[in-house]
Amino acid sequence: MTSPLEQKKIKIAGPSVVTANRTWDGIVVYRTAANGWSADLSDAAIVRNSDEAKALLAESVADDVGAIGPYIAPVQIGADGKVQPGNLREQIRRTGVTIGSPVQV
Amino acid sequence: MYAYDEIDRTLVNERVSEFRDQVKRRLSGELTEDEFKMLRLQNGVYLQLHAYMFRVAIPYGTLASNQLRQLAHVARKYDRGYGHFTTRQNIQFNWIKLAELPDALADLAEVGIHAMQTSGNNMRNVTSDQWAGVAPGEIEDPRIWSELIRQHTTLHPEFSFLPRKFKIAITASDHDRAAIKIHDIGLRLIKNEKGETGFEVLVGGGLGRTPFIAKTIKHFVHGRDILSYIEAILRVYNQYGRRDNIYKARIKILVHELGIEKFSREVEDEWQHIRNSSLQIDDEVIEDIRSRFTYPAYEKLPHMPDELRQAAADPGFEAWRKNSVAPHKNQGYSIVTISLKPIGAPPGDATAEQMDALADLADKYSFGEIRVGHEQNLALPHVAKRDLPALWKALDKLGLATPNVNLITDIIACPGLDYCSLANARSIPIAQELTRRFSNHELANLIGRLHINISGCINACGHHHVGHIGILGVEKNGEEVYQITIGGRADENAALGNLIGPGVKFDEVADVVEDIVEAYLALRERPEELFMDTVKRLGVEPFKERVYATR
Repeated sequence: MTSPLEQKKIKIAGPSVVTANRTWDGIVVYRTAANGWSADLSDAAIVRNSDEAKALLAESVADDVGAIGPYIAPVQIGADGKVQPGNLREQIRRTGVTIGSPVQV
Repeated sequence: MYAYDEIDRTLVNERVSEFRDQVKRRLSGELTEDEFKMLRLQNGVYLQLHAYMFRVAIPYGTLASNQLRQLAHVARKYDRGYGHFTTRQNIQFNWIKLAELPDALADLAEVGIHAMQTSGNNMRNVTSDQWAGVAPGEIEDPRIWSELIRQHTTLHPEFSFLPRKFKIAITASDHDRAAIKIHDIGLRLIKNEKGETGFEVLVGGGLGRTPFIAKTIKHFVHGRDILSYIEAILRVYNQYGRRDNIYKARIKILVHELGIEKFSREVEDEWQHIRNSSLQIDDEVIEDIRSRFTYPAYEKLPHMPDELRQAAADPGFEAWRKNSVAPHKNQGYSIVTISLKPIGAPPGDATAEQMDALADLADKYSFGEIRVGHEQNLALPHVAKRDLPALWKALDKLGLATPNVNLITDIIACPGLDYCSLANARSIPIAQELTRRFSNHELANLIGRLHINISGCINACGHHHVGHIGILGVEKNGEEVYQITIGGRADENAALGNLIGPGVKFDEVADVVEDIVEAYLALRERPEELFMDTVKRLGVEPFKERVYATR
């Protein structure tokens, strides 16, 4: 789970998405194929090689008002076509903390 | 408590207006994130995994009850109903929305709280002993000097664009509860042979990827010269500190590379130029700050009131009293540490309801005052001994009477990969599992004083280097792996821990700690020999053998 803040070279080993945090509230979002952002990973545009990743990241960076800190993150695509986060960090970003809230809901 | 004057109030309010405008311009696109980032950091706003994180300063760890209530209000209105007390006398809110941050800041400003100096490459929140002003044997209240430095450094242009962040901690007791030796500058308040107040000045301490214990740069600096001496240190740092490499930019690296002797000479030369300037502090300035600290009107109370004598029959109360209640400098009063480490809970977290209730208890039992310690616990600094039984019952109802202060379940942990964008591994679940493993109070007491510190990355916000047992989470081939050290400590005898061997997986950490503790219990010469004494006597080897014999 090397921090993507240290991501210097764009080299992807499998299907990936661009993720960021929405500017006004900070929630986790994913870049869509329609040049927008979605909070749902299943809406994310999937890239499969470095050139695609670079292009998607470039357009994401250009949308500075919509979201901040975009980076490329790995995903896994199941046999049913469902997209899942590719590592623990992204799993936590998608589903929330692993520890439960101290506040009883 | 310290009462802010009109200048402070104006400064805090102006800061809110300024930030409101900056946020508005950011959300409209007038400011890019690159332009805005430094501005938000100067107001304590980070971007974490799930959301923005808002870090609020609690200067020298002193809070009034109305301030704690307002923190509860911010947790409830703008966040998810809780806050996280950090290792540097700050509180963090994890789920705040950028668009609402100016309102949250404005609400905090109503009670004199702000987020200045909680992030960025500037002089950070000055920290101190959470028992300041009430600890027996203390030379003088260190918060007076903390406040002096706070006033001098807040928004000071020379300290606002340093090579890296810069942290100062002050203690005035023999036993260091402020961890001054792991700060960029550590100040130990002392008296010279003439009885004058001054400081032993230490420099170059810090943790992170290159940990160092601070070294003494000057054995006595008179109180009137402390600002000029600090400024001299900062000027040498500003001049020579590396700005080309973030990992080598802290003053500890400069002190290490120059050597303490050369660094001292540079500081001394600089100091001679400025010590007799306007930076020399008049007694009136100190007295003015002193006069703005208000102290309770203590009553003359018996050392052993009837209420305490009667409550001693209750084993639950006695366990808590022996663990969490410390002597006060005034007869008939006590300092009560409130553990924010209930079994199975995230260390340092408090809900809005707990904060509100604690504020009420502070009003009822502690002259409206609360303290925050770097171990991520709170304290009520002025509790009459006769009130201890009633306070204990109230705390117990709130889940805040776990009698584990300084024991193995009083764990320091950073937010780790559950929250932090820098983290490589989780910290909090490790802490939770360890508290469950050692939840038996008799066992924890049998083990005695033992501090476990956990960090989720090499930046060491969980102070793992100075944990008696330190746990560092790293990432290896996509998995969380934890390196274990033993023998670290953050007190007046501060030391860095030693690695015991190869890292272990997430699921193995609690087993390894159990092995270390079992080895200690078998190896100690007598029950009074603390874990640290056994490690000092025997070194790492016997613990290493025990842990890795079957792994």
